[in-house]
Amino acid sequence: MRTEPRHRADYLGLREALGDRLLPVLVAAMSFLAALAMAGALASATLAARWQQDATAQLTIQVPQPQAPSADGKTPRLAAVLAALQAMPDVASPQEMSPQSVSALISPWLGADPAALGLALPGVISAHWTGATPPDALGPALAKLSPGTLVQTGALWAGRVAALTTSLQGCAAAVLIIVALVAAAVVAVATRSGLAQRRETVTLIYALGALDGDIAARFAARITLLTFAGAAAGAVLALPVLAWLAALAAPFAGPAQIADSYNLPPALLIALPGLPVVAAGIGWGTAQLTVRGWLRNLP
Amino acid sequence: MVKFEDVWLRYRHPARQGDAEAEALRGISFEIPDGGFRWLTGPSGAGKTSLLKLIYLAEHPVRGRIEILGTEAAKISRRDAALLRRRIGVVYQDFRLLPQLSAYDNVALPMRLARRNETQVHADVTEILRWVGLEARLNARPDELSGGEQQRIAIARAVVARPKLLVADEPTGNLDDDQAFRLMHLITALNQLGTTVVVATHNTELVKRYPAPRLDIEHGRLTHAD
Ligand SMILES: Nc1ncnc2c1ncn2[C@@H]1O[C@H](COP(=O)(O)OP(=O)(O)O)[C@@H](O)[C@H]1O
Ligand SMILES: [Mg+2]
Repeated sequence: MRTEPRHRADYLGLREALGDRLLPVLVAAMSFLAALAMAGALASATLAARWQQDATAQLTIQVPQPQAPSADGKTPRLAAVLAALQAMPDVASPQEMSPQSVSALISPWLGADPAALGLALPGVISAHWTGATPPDALGPALAKLSPGTLVQTGALWAGRVAALTTSLQGCAAAVLIIVALVAAAVVAVATRSGLAQRRETVTLIYALGALDGDIAARFAARITLLTFAGAAAGAVLALPVLAWLAALAAPFAGPAQIADSYNLPPALLIALPGLPVVAAGIGWGTAQLTVRGWLRNLP
Repeated sequence: MVKFEDVWLRYRHPARQGDAEAEALRGISFEIPDGGFRWLTGPSGAGKTSLLKLIYLAEHPVRGRIEILGTEAAKISRRDAALLRRRIGVVYQDFRLLPQLSAYDNVALPMRLARRNETQVHADVTEILRWVGLEARLNARPDELSGGEQQRIAIARAVVARPKLLVADEPTGNLDDDQAFRLMHLITALNQLGTTVVVATHNTELVKRYPAPRLDIEHGRLTHAD
């Protein structure tokens, strides 16, 4: 009877040496964090864009001495400004705020009845700006009708929201970089431990004439598989969490999106499958560098 | 051709301290022509293994010039060194078989590293296993084999890729006399086919039985070179 050889393809025994479950689990955790960071950055950008729009569009017009005659001498100032606003195509729904609501607005500072203090309260008109360019010329135009008229937009708030978004995105970028570095460190440690476990095997096949590239490729292939699997698991685990966060954020994102609680930003749906690919890339590169560096110490 | 010119070797962490003893090899010069055979003899600790390591590119000398198969060892790239190693078969004193692999896969290793196709691997490995008398044990792991069988697997692995140069470090150490002479028969057969051979041994009986040019070494110095 002839004995047939049973061939073992994994001749470095890397399935055991790099069979460590810790590496994929840690990579999964990194990928989970990366998914949250990306989602945070994208969500803050989306919400900020909306808020910014709203804030810039909001106009508050203050008319001092509302009952004094306007520039044309006939109508009171407040009425003249209101009429002028109504005539402008870029201004929507100008509305005079009742003296009660103005009082209510300023009562925290001036008490329940500011009129009793003998202060002359300005007339206040709220409106929406629908123009494509900022309403810079609006103030001077109205001031001609009624001296001292002030136009306030939400631009200041918009600026603050923009700054906040930028810093949130900066934080997310920092998280992503740190997560990538930690993942690389984890891979380097796992690779070195694999090399240490297979020291005799690796030095032997090196002595038999294996090229550095051949040995590095074997480790890198195994690491790529483990990091890809780990990162894919992390991304999948992140999905329900992200869907939940998206549902929480939906009311802020505008009425159109409330209905669908699963809607994740499309950019995120593209970025999530990218995570395992990037993780596998980090794994492959780190393993290659680690193994080649280690082999350089052999004669 | 293997050529040494005034070669000195010093280990980074010498086992023996002291000025005179710090070098494992001192001023070694010799030449082995293509197809030649040399015994490398000397007492234990003389420097036989160290000299063989220089030949199979596992150590670098601190001084001197080494030429292996027509290539100057100090002047080659890492890649060319690897390719040169593939042309040198080595039987290590401690075999260095991979415990996780079968006898067959251990022997197949050099051929697979050289990316030979599996049909070729199968043909050559089975032939060489038959040659060392272990064709029935090809699925055994090294720990299931006796010392003598492991040594024969180590020899099969060293010669399977038909090296131009065969280096054997005490290859008969674990064999009884009968097996040792059988092994020497294999090695001399290879030598007659054109392979350059260096065999280190302290077995004087064996050297007497197979008379051939000798390199004698003592305390890291060559005391006799044919
Ligand atoms: N890796 C090593 N590091 C330090 N010293 C070594 C090493 N290998 C061998 N030596 C020393 O070099 C000398 C020669 O050893 P070796 O070449 O193994 O002799 P042999 O093979 O003739 O018994 C010995 O003194 C030994 O202790
Ligand atoms: Mg020795």
